Amino acid sequence: MELITLHGIEKTYQMGDISVPVLKGISLAIRQGELVALTGSSGSGKSTLMNILGCLDRPTAGEYWLEGQEISQLTADERALLRNRKLGFVFQSFNLLARTSALENVAMPLSYTVEELSSSEARKRATEMLCRVGLGDRLDHYPSQLSGGQQQRVAIARALINRPPVLFADEPTGNLDSRTSEEVLQMFEQLNAEDGITIIMVTHDPKVAGHARQIIRIEDGLILDNTTAGGPTPQTGEITL
Amino acid sequence: MRVYTTAGIALKALRRNPMRAMLTTLGIVIGVGAVIAMMEIGAGASTALKKSIASMGANVLVIRPGTASSGGVSFGAGTTTTLTPEDCQAILRECPAIRNAAPMVRARAQVVYGNRNWVPNAIYGTTPAYLDVQDWSTLAEGEPFSDRDVLNSNRVCILGQSLVRELFEGISPVGKEIRIKNISFRVIGVLSSKGANMMGHDQDDVILAPWTTIKYRVTGTSLATTNQSTAATSDTVNTLSNLYPAAQPSLYPEHSSVQQSNNPMPVRFANIDQIMAAANSSVEIPLAIKQISEVLRERHRTRAEEPEDFNIRDMAELTATLSTTTTLMTNLLLAVAMISLIVGGVGIMNIMLVSVTERTREIGLRMAVGARGRDILRQFLVEAVVLCLTGGAMGIILGHGGSQLVRLLLGWPVETSPAAIATAVLVSAGVGIIFGFYPAWKASRLDPIEALRYE
Repeated sequence: MELITLHGIEKTYQMGDISVPVLKGISLAIRQGELVALTGSSGSGKSTLMNILGCLDRPTAGEYWLEGQEISQLTADERALLRNRKLGFVFQSFNLLARTSALENVAMPLSYTVEELSSSEARKRATEMLCRVGLGDRLDHYPSQLSGGQQQRVAIARALINRPPVLFADEPTGNLDSRTSEEVLQMFEQLNAEDGITIIMVTHDPKVAGHARQIIRIEDGLILDNTTAGGPTPQTGEITL
Repeated sequence: MRVYTTAGIALKALRRNPMRAMLTTLGIVIGVGAVIAMMEIGAGASTALKKSIASMGANVLVIRPGTASSGGVSFGAGTTTTLTPEDCQAILRECPAIRNAAPMVRARAQVVYGNRNWVPNAIYGTTPAYLDVQDWSTLAEGEPFSDRDVLNSNRVCILGQSLVRELFEGISPVGKEIRIKNISFRVIGVLSSKGANMMGHDQDDVILAPWTTIKYRVTGTSLATTNQSTAATSDTVNTLSNLYPAAQPSLYPEHSSVQQSNNPMPVRFANIDQIMAAANSSVEIPLAIKQISEVLRERHRTRAEEPEDFNIRDMAELTATLSTTTTLMTNLLLAVAMISLIVGGVGIMNIMLVSVTERTREIGLRMAVGARGRDILRQFLVEAVVLCLTGGAMGIILGHGGSQLVRLLLGWPVETSPAAIATAVLVSAGVGIIFGFYPAWKASRLDPIEALRYE
């Protein structure tokens, strides 16, 4: 089953009178439960594609189907709601709120949900999430008291708190050393395998991309190649977190 | 997103930089503190001012009998004899806007003590209510005469300060006997000093006595016929008076002074020269005039088309002064309050703009995880309001404390005003919304991609 389908996605930026085409017609499909790496040299357009996939930006032309819904023309508020419900984000620089405990960082997206959770429920869910990423003993630590790998795991817990079907990771290991990078990647693989979360990573590191089953290489605004490695078929069952 | 969640986020955000939050609110603290202190001290001063203007007689109404005329000849103001002490009682009883009222008869006569004499500006026969009407209740010495003294026409009096000076050379006169037109009065009290009135008349040059005593023992006439040179009973032995025959020819055989003091009042006229009535407040003066007019017309059986046989005068000039002073004071305070609050508000706006710039990445992150523009707007707006309200609360405490300190140390009159406190709370919240809106709006318009990339 296709979770994400892109059809001729184009993105053109206007710099005064000059149009700068960044994406020139991208069509691709990502199945549910897939572990995808999006690679390409800098300036190739992979970040722009990532922003469009992550509903942070709108394509100039083309169709974007997410879970059977055409979403390329949604308004900013509708996209915000969609991001809250269906997408999780992990960033290169973690983007945790300083002087805010791990627990509160993780619970933060819950304050923007439509159905409102009581604060005790929110705490409970955030605690569960932190336990899942192995930080059950660091609930009240501030980001400054955590190592880089731990911070990124807090960020992952935050991304997963609303049980989204898709997790976007923008250079998730860019600020980590090789050992903690490996830990984070293993966590991604585990989440992908055990919970069937579709994970889309943007990376320029071939080693990181090596963990993915589907590798999409972007070059100059077009897909250079899209290979799916063998291995176990991704789970397509219901997401159970 | 619930309001208290937003408030919680705002509080947490402020707690992340407590020093800055505190310095920011300092503007509002000082602003609101100044407003509260000014309001309280100002209200105290205003009340004190009102009181002192009121003590000059701003609330006092003077009711005098009208003009009698015969065959087109007017006899001058105060010549009708229809105003009675019962009128005064009726006014007090039937006019709710009147606080107190006193009947008055006036006399002008020589006062003698020992080998000294003096003609005071005024000898007033009245009731104890007069002191209350004139806001003169605190005596320098002794005590006022009572209603019983009035009933019994007792020969007691209260002296003004000028008389004490002239007759007694500063020695306490209480208990001494003075003579007014050869009637001896016991001095039972001394008025406190009041100085000159607005017309420059010495208000301390006065003797107060029961109106019955003055009316029936001293003058025996209405004001219109009171004449200093004829009134003195001693003129029968003063041959010099015959040289200046200003005296009105007497139609009746004259009594000797002994006869007269034995039978003080062969004919008892009960008309009085004027009634002084104090309204509850200067605002109620027009109402009081209307009520008095109704009561007196009814009592005097004046038909609707007939002119009144009395005049009511208020101290319009004083009342006008009173209201302009109060308005001026209020406006002045308001101006000071506005300036300090605007300064505080600009401080809030400045720091909120800094905060938005500083937390661009946080805003981007919040947007990425699903915050809408209006969520961000609300968050920053609530933050500004929380800052202002905290500042406002601290300002109220500071201002109130300051004014209490002024009261204790300088002894200035101070009035706590709940209205000022409520206004301060509302205004500080308003300042938060007005000056917090632009930064919050700026934050809500950020592009999440740009914001996340911001260094």
